[in-house]
Amino acid sequence: MRRNGIVFWSGAALFLAAIFVATQVVSNQYPFFAGYVILQFIVLSVAWSILGGYAGYVNFGTSAFFGVGVYTAVFLVKATGAPLGVQIAAAAMVGALLGLAVGLLTLRMQGIFFSIATIAISIVIETSVTNWRYVGGAAGIQIERPPVMELFNNYVQMLFFVQALLVVLTVAIARYIQKSWIGRGLQALRDDELAAECTGVPTLRLKLLACVVSGALMCATGAPAAMYVQYADPSSAFNLNYSVTVLAMALIGGTAHWIGPVIGAILLGVTQQLLAVTISSEVNVLVLGVMLVLFVVAAPEGILGLVRRAGRYRAGGET
Amino acid sequence: MTSPAPELPLLRIAALTKRFGGFTALDNVSVDIRPGERLGLIGPNGSGKTTLINCISGAFRTEAGTVMFRGEDITRLSPHLRTRRGIARSFQIPRPFKSMTVSENLMVALDFATVAGSFVPEAARRETVMSVLARTGLAAKADISTTKLSQVELRKMELARAMATHPKLLISDEAMAGLSTSEVDEVLDLLLALADQDITIIMIEHIMQAVMRFSQRVMCLDAGRIIAIGTPAEVMANQRVQEAYLGT
Repeated sequence: MRRNGIVFWSGAALFLAAIFVATQVVSNQYPFFAGYVILQFIVLSVAWSILGGYAGYVNFGTSAFFGVGVYTAVFLVKATGAPLGVQIAAAAMVGALLGLAVGLLTLRMQGIFFSIATIAISIVIETSVTNWRYVGGAAGIQIERPPVMELFNNYVQMLFFVQALLVVLTVAIARYIQKSWIGRGLQALRDDELAAECTGVPTLRLKLLACVVSGALMCATGAPAAMYVQYADPSSAFNLNYSVTVLAMALIGGTAHWIGPVIGAILLGVTQQLLAVTISSEVNVLVLGVMLVLFVVAAPEGILGLVRRAGRYRAGGET
Repeated sequence: MTSPAPELPLLRIAALTKRFGGFTALDNVSVDIRPGERLGLIGPNGSGKTTLINCISGAFRTEAGTVMFRGEDITRLSPHLRTRRGIARSFQIPRPFKSMTVSENLMVALDFATVAGSFVPEAARRETVMSVLARTGLAAKADISTTKLSQVELRKMELARAMATHPKLLISDEAMAGLSTSEVDEVLDLLLALADQDITIIMIEHIMQAVMRFSQRVMCLDAGRIIAIGTPAEVMANQRVQEAYLGT
């Protein structure tokens, strides 16, 4: 346990150091621009799997949380000119509250009914923001970036590093939940909710906790997005593609362990970026769909499941 | 001023009624269960036995009546709070946490059913789990996935998981259904051993030999009402019980 922790935290420190060095050394803008999107998807899919994977509640509302994060930042920038750190922290708080509200409204529903309810909530929020003049309404809003911090050469590189920090934070939280009694409780209620209750697991409270944490992280990662594109509009901030892509990343990677969605997000994220550059961004969606179908049919437990099965097969062969 | 009751019932069910739409599954059921008692619950299929224990364990909300446990009204408590107060159950069709091993199943009980906030080191927890598994004859299966268990092992695992919550009242819902004669005896011996440790047990069962051997008192339900309650011999001799089982 202890050693695992040391390995994890040194890995995280190395990762951040490498990201930081890259922002100092590499002068080409494109890798950061593309890398930012991949990091953002890692946060989203790891956060998604806290509720969707550990607890088994398939949330189609990722876009709602992401979009609310974007617009929390937009609102703060317009109203107060708050710095990036404040935007992210505020978005996390709004996300936690939204998670609590969504959870209270929907977590008594199970299976597909929960998923449908999350789509509905997503649409309700998008419609509200579309009609909110102050933040630009349907036409969207231009955002001006403030001057970049001294450490970095330009804003995108700084955002890239900030997103990397969010990745480490999200993974650390997901890892803690997975290893702790919370994770065991979520796993129990995913397997059988009534049996879990009758074994003493406060199922509703744990689900709410998962929804709050997951929502806070999704919103937090949405906050810098407005600064990233210097523009925000409801139909892209609340794009259902976020929900579908994130779900696909988590499921393809595997949801039993935090590393699953990380692998899924890197794999799909890189593929998407390559396809967007080489062919077209439309092909993205097609490839995503095909991969999701392939995995659901051939490897329902994702890449993690495949690796485990291979490991067990080898162990079985030796004895 | 009031003199203490001679013996406070562990569980008092008073005028309990449960309806599913227009169907009355439990109709004004009242019964007291004494601490340390071994109660057999019998009745034809659909008579309300499982509904009754779902109402005791909190899986169902009731329309009327109260459930008192150790003097406390628990009628409106959610199942996990009842578990923490000492009511454990097994399920008619086993419901293991199937993504976990046997010992992890019991760990859930240790994590959540016992007093919150008390930190117990991993080694001690493992020891507790292993001792419960040893008592239920599952020690060798501790690190096996529950999907690999046989039917009788699953039943025992459910009882072990219930035991790991440190119950004062254990409700066994047809833990012997579909088992062979020797397996029935194994599970019955297990339940009797648990009863020896001061655990009150309600046993739902169709296998009459097991009911006769196990129970100090037998209660028979038919169409949601208690039609007989008393010693096993009395209940078996009861005209209405015979009619309910054989039909008239």
